[in-house]
Amino acid sequence: MSAVADVVAIACLLAGCLLCLTAGLGLLRFPDVLTRMHAGTKPQVLGVLLVMTGAAIRLHGWSATWMLLLVAVFQMLTAPVSAHMISRVAYRRRHVRRDLMVVDELGMAPPVAGAATGDEPADFVDEPGSERGSRDHSS
Amino acid sequence: MTVVLVLAYAFLGGGALLALARLALGPSLLDRVVASDVLLVIVAAGLAVHAALERDPTLVPVLVVVSLLAFVGSVSVARYIGGMLLRSSEGEPESRP
Repeated sequence: MSAVADVVAIACLLAGCLLCLTAGLGLLRFPDVLTRMHAGTKPQVLGVLLVMTGAAIRLHGWSATWMLLLVAVFQMLTAPVSAHMISRVAYRRRHVRRDLMVVDELGMAPPVAGAATGDEPADFVDEPGSERGSRDHSS
Repeated sequence: MTVVLVLAYAFLGGGALLALARLALGPSLLDRVVASDVLLVIVAAGLAVHAALERDPTLVPVLVVVSLLAFVGSVSVARYIGGMLLRSSEGEPESRP
């Protein structure tokens, strides 16, 4: 029984470590911020879940298990929030390779002056023809 | 067990080195934010692997702190860049990918 549990735990740990390696590879090889985020969120969710499962099987004692569960739940709650904020700023600052995009749904409607589009300071649009408000379709 | 230990730390070390390379090379600030986020996740995974292989639960509270730190760091830098966008009228020339 203990040997089976150890084998399962070690398989989970090795799979999580392999996902960390693939994240590094994708981070180095992919072309822009959004695709690098796509590679980087693999260990943030699945890798952390696998490693925490392996550690919770290996470690004895409920306090360690609860703390590892807390880390996993916290990671799953916060990864979408930070990814959303980073990708929104990346889109606004044009760090996105638009020639690689298939669909750009955010670029379809130009922003209207005075209309509330969000709660960020960068969402504010002064004038219809201003540089920062206009979407850049050509680049 | 030694094979598992070497293999796990080799995977983690390779991932951390590649993330560090992106952190050094990254053309924009957001690439560096993503890379440092991944680096902190790899550090947390390394701590958990150490705790699991040694059966040593001392490092488990550090994991909570590291995952909190990753979230707060990436969100605060993203908010900071969003505030910079208000002040700069156009994107910098280096921001073109």
